[in-house]
Amino acid sequence: MDFFSIAILGVYILLSLALLISLVRVIVGPTLPDRVVALDLIAFIVISFIAAYSISSGHPVYLDVAIVMALIAFLGTIAFARYVIQYSNKTKSEGGHV
Amino acid sequence: MKSLILHTTTRLMMAVLVLFSIFLFFRGHDEPGGGFIGGLVGAGAFTLYAIAFGTEATRKILKVHPITLIAYGLLSLVISGIIPFFTGEPFLTGKWLMMEIGGSEIKLSSPLIFDIGVFLCVVGFIVAVIFALEEEELPANTNH
Repeated sequence: MDFFSIAILGVYILLSLALLISLVRVIVGPTLPDRVVALDLIAFIVISFIAAYSISSGHPVYLDVAIVMALIAFLGTIAFARYVIQYSNKTKSEGGHV
Repeated sequence: MKSLILHTTTRLMMAVLVLFSIFLFFRGHDEPGGGFIGGLVGAGAFTLYAIAFGTEATRKILKVHPITLIAYGLLSLVISGIIPFFTGEPFLTGKWLMMEIGGSEIKLSSPLIFDIGVFLCVVGFIVAVIFALEEEELPANTNH
């Protein structure tokens, strides 16, 4: 086993651990913003996975997938943020609790 | 949404998204890309603008109604299908026109017109759906 494949293996193991930890945050996360940030983190870990796979397989085409995901992934987070703001304004004006 | 960070980022990202969508569109015939994914990325640009500045501003920069985009897309699909009729070939046969301008070869084809149609249809459809979702009011009684 040369250094390259050991490094790729290490990257995969670390990224899988990061994915698992952020999944725990999505499930446990006490508030909605915690879950939203964790989902955003998962999207960017997936981008790192694609980049690592592109290096290990030697096909630069996969990098385009990573670029598209990096450009689009934050849209979901912004939409969630909008929803949280609208919802908190609504409950505040009705005197309810968030 | 009122946020200085979002507004500034949107102005920068719009250009990158539209440029990348055109890049994906033109690379489409022989390599990954094409009208569909290019249209999705282009619709993503308008979605981002609609979230940041509201649907009214987005309608203003889009100039035409999204449904009109779908109609023009279908029209250009039909045009690309009709072109081979003039040489007596079946519907939707790919016709290629090679031109040499300034030492570089330019390939024009009826699949390119077909792809423009797919691009316009996808952008029109996604933007119409996003506008419909954005302009919807929150339900009066939310039970959470």
